[in-house]
Amino acid sequence: MLKIENLHVKLEDEPREILKGLSLNVKAGEVHAIMGPNGSGKSTLSYVLSGRDGYEVTEGAVAFKGEDLLAMDPNTRAAKGVFLAFQYPIEIPGVATMQFLKVALNSQRKARGEKELSIPDFMRFVKERAAKLNISQEMLKRPVNVGFSGGEKKRAEILQMAVLEPSLCILDETDSGLDIDALKVVADGVNALRSPDRAMIVITHYQRLLDYIVPDFVHVLSAGKIVKSGGKELAHELEANGYAEFVEKVA
Amino acid sequence: MADQDTIDLVKTIEVDKYKYGFETDIESDYAPKGLNEDIVRFISDKKGEPQWMLDWRLEAYRAWLHMEDPTWAKVSFPKIDYQDLYYYAAPKSMAAPKSLDEIDPKLLETYAKLGIPLKEQEILAGIRKQGEKSMLDEDGNEVTTGRVAIDAVFDSVSVVTTFKDELKKAGVIFCSISEALREHPELVRQYLGSVVPQGDNFYAGLNSAVFSDGSFVYVPPGVRCPMELSTYFRMNAKNTGQFERTLIIADKGSYVSYLEGCTAPTREESQLHAAVVELIAHEDAEIKYSTVQNWYPGDAEGKGGVYNFVTKRGDCRGARSKISWTQVETGSAITWKYPSVILRGESSRGEFYSIAISNGRQQVDSGTKMIHLGKNSSSRIISKGIAAGRSDNTYRGLVSAHRKATNARNFTQCDSLLIGDQCGAHTVPYIESKTSTAQFEHEATTSKISDDQMFYCMSRGLSQEEAVALIVNGFVRDVLQQLPMEFMAETQKLIGISLEGSVG
Repeated sequence: MLKIENLHVKLEDEPREILKGLSLNVKAGEVHAIMGPNGSGKSTLSYVLSGRDGYEVTEGAVAFKGEDLLAMDPNTRAAKGVFLAFQYPIEIPGVATMQFLKVALNSQRKARGEKELSIPDFMRFVKERAAKLNISQEMLKRPVNVGFSGGEKKRAEILQMAVLEPSLCILDETDSGLDIDALKVVADGVNALRSPDRAMIVITHYQRLLDYIVPDFVHVLSAGKIVKSGGKELAHELEANGYAEFVEKVA
Repeated sequence: MADQDTIDLVKTIEVDKYKYGFETDIESDYAPKGLNEDIVRFISDKKGEPQWMLDWRLEAYRAWLHMEDPTWAKVSFPKIDYQDLYYYAAPKSMAAPKSLDEIDPKLLETYAKLGIPLKEQEILAGIRKQGEKSMLDEDGNEVTTGRVAIDAVFDSVSVVTTFKDELKKAGVIFCSISEALREHPELVRQYLGSVVPQGDNFYAGLNSAVFSDGSFVYVPPGVRCPMELSTYFRMNAKNTGQFERTLIIADKGSYVSYLEGCTAPTREESQLHAAVVELIAHEDAEIKYSTVQNWYPGDAEGKGGVYNFVTKRGDCRGARSKISWTQVETGSAITWKYPSVILRGESSRGEFYSIAISNGRQQVDSGTKMIHLGKNSSSRIISKGIAAGRSDNTYRGLVSAHRKATNARNFTQCDSLLIGDQCGAHTVPYIESKTSTAQFEHEATTSKISDDQMFYCMSRGLSQEEAVALIVNGFVRDVLQQLPMEFMAETQKLIGISLEGSVG
């Protein structure tokens, strides 16, 4: 589904390279965890995959379902099935969450040449998914992320993911700022979306999240490269020994 | 991202996307070009007006001759040659239509093209056709629309007023002002000019002399008008000024909600629009007046477009009366407009909710005046200005309290949103209080659409234009909610369309 080859990325207005030859192959149905210390390039990877401005790819390629992902606008990527759950979701004052979901879903459907959902169908669809994430009707009426608690923001991100039904989900530090109860709700929401034709990349600093969202593969990202890959047990090793070993290795 | 791209795209701006710019090919009756007493007489005669009306017009014309056009607004345009304009144009076939069947089909086509179905059978179920989808309101609730009675004005003449019979049953008079002059001259004579006198200002003086048509509404005591009333103004004829006069009277304890919409064809020459609207609310009455103005804004270089020089004023004459102005201004090359409320009655209330969007080379100078004369009167102003392209957007407002207006209260909030870095937003509030018991509050903010917001929306599948439209619609939400439900969805779309040029 996603094939990243020798990806080199720098900030547009800074010479320093952030990703230095990252390669990763993700197949449908797989959940890959990417772990690494602060500053290793985790968030950069998520932004480059979703198409944020301000980054320059100097070398390498990213193929998504066989197409050149890097050539696409963020909205085209979204319509093709890429979704980023933000570490810090953005507030959009005055736009009700329900309205936002409707506009987003319809834009994607339009781009794919599909019909818009009828309003009653859409409402039913959203309410059903919201209930699973403990998201109330009242919360759906509130403006997107405005005045949401940390936990509410993350649940709202997962709701967007559940409604937009992407084929590649990228979760950027979804566990940050969550207490254990909120973490469980979010993880349950994510697990409910696991399916044979959907892939996930879970970016996290801590192993804790991976107790709830159990990955098929774990990769250690350090200084812009994947320095070690393994199964879910690798996360436990990291938890026990820290990142020091890898940071030194690169240095 | 938003910023850089927006700026780049604004450079290649295409405000020419104006979708209502077509012209209807229809034969018109013109008055000879230019303005003098004979033209005033010609117009009055064409409309078969009583002598007192002609005298009133002539008085206005004579006063106007000694007036000068205002120069204090932050707008610039070449001096208008008032002798180079036509002051009256009417579709020839429209001499005296008695029913919809007698109307030139071309006119009906024009309105259909604008999305305004006039045929009553089509609008029995509301302005939306049957079977059309319902919509979501701002909170994501499903809503259905009600019914709307429409008065359509084509150049100088009112074409048709719908739902007349049903309104009549409720005792509501809703007709063109020409018809009101024939059928209810005593009401017109009593109220015309009582809020905006002939000599009020240059444009109001001109309007008083040559106004051609407009709408008249009278709601009798205790009556709640059973449906939304709406007037649709269309400027078609070339080199012609449009001067409508609207007069709305809400008698004691009555309620009416009224909406006007406007469009004009795309033309190289600028067109003048100088309307006057007068509202009178008696004791315990309420008038809600909404405007969705989408006159042709001119092309990318600022050529052509409508000069919208309008005087709108409401008089809260009785105790506990209420007047509320809501305006969505997206069109016109130049807007000079300050819908105001005179808060004469004790505990009367005035409101002004405004969305003013400027793009391309548009110039907007708009705001309100809240003049507190009565005790315990209160007012509220919410203004949202959005400037894109190379436009200038000024809020100019006056809040004043007379010394007898004890405990007058006002709350004002002016928010500006800038798109790109070549536009300007200005806020010019005037606050005057002659009583120490008045409480006036003023808040103002200026912001830009952030890159983060743009990326967030686009990463969810919205195109750049959809993202801007969504964020702007969120920004103006407080004001949008004041619009009648029937027009909210259309207005949201219109906001998207008027900003289309700003992001390519």
